[in-house]
Amino acid sequence: MNRKWVLAPLVVFGVLAAFLYKGLSLNPTELPSAMVGKQLPMVQWRQLSGETIEAGEFLGQPALINVWATWCPTCKAEHGYLNTLSKQGVRIIGLNYKDDVELAQEWLDRYGDPYAVNLVDESGRIGIELGVYGAPETYLVDAQGNILEKHVGVVNEKVWTSKFAQRYFSGQ
Amino acid sequence: MIRRFIVLAALVMLPFVSNSQSLVQFDSELDRTRYYALIQELRCPKCQNQNLADSDSVIAEDLRNQVYVMIKDGRSDQEIVQFMVERYGEFVLYRPAFSLSNSVLWGAPAALILIVLFVAVSRRKAAPQAATAKVDDLQLQQRLDEIDSEKGAE
Repeated sequence: MNRKWVLAPLVVFGVLAAFLYKGLSLNPTELPSAMVGKQLPMVQWRQLSGETIEAGEFLGQPALINVWATWCPTCKAEHGYLNTLSKQGVRIIGLNYKDDVELAQEWLDRYGDPYAVNLVDESGRIGIELGVYGAPETYLVDAQGNILEKHVGVVNEKVWTSKFAQRYFSGQ
Repeated sequence: MIRRFIVLAALVMLPFVSNSQSLVQFDSELDRTRYYALIQELRCPKCQNQNLADSDSVIAEDLRNQVYVMIKDGRSDQEIVQFMVERYGEFVLYRPAFSLSNSVLWGAPAALILIVLFVAVSRRKAAPQAATAKVDDLQLQQRLDEIDSEKGAE
């Protein structure tokens, strides 16, 4: 047996170990976002109040679009932080997803309303256009409605600073 | 007593009633086959390893409905799959198309087989030569030793 092959098993082990170690820190429930880099879908947007609204009316500056619902416990967990962000002047647009409009309004009255605009998607059709597969999901869009980033799960300070803050402010 | 029986019977029937609502109606047998094939083939984005047909999650139900609506609209299988991939990524395909990012995954088995074959062949070529060479050396040495001892005996 040639001497240089003696180390081969060690190298194979090393490569495998590196891949497996990387795998430990990956979250398999987080999908690569297919919609990042695309435009917000052309759909009929409707507000919680029942009125329709054009995308041009709520865009025009960078914003977070937060997909939420009253049936979603994680949404409740992140709501306090969204209120904080909103008070700091971050523009957040809410998309109430597959929910009851009355319950949603009640929730906003009780826990505070961090949303500059309250959109609603009762059937989930807009959600499908956006690639939503659960709640909460949060999108960063620029002034023209291009989707820059997507986050699945709770938004907290760590997520805001690492994923959103820089590009939110550079877009202004 | 009779009232109890009626309530019990109603409860027993309940799963069948709710089930029949989720059955879908199609214009043709072909469309029905296409529908079931598609929801078997498309993966539920929320759940890690279930297709749209098997999953009970809300999004799977919505996407099944989306597939149904698109078939009713006369869209082709390819258009429907394309629609899903555009929104949810290649993740939803149980048989993703070949691309640069998954080339390692597709290529690794073939590459491994080639490597093993290459090693096996090269070792087979090298092995007999090495063996005979060693025997020759040994025989040679033995012969030399014999000659030496013969000389020494003289």
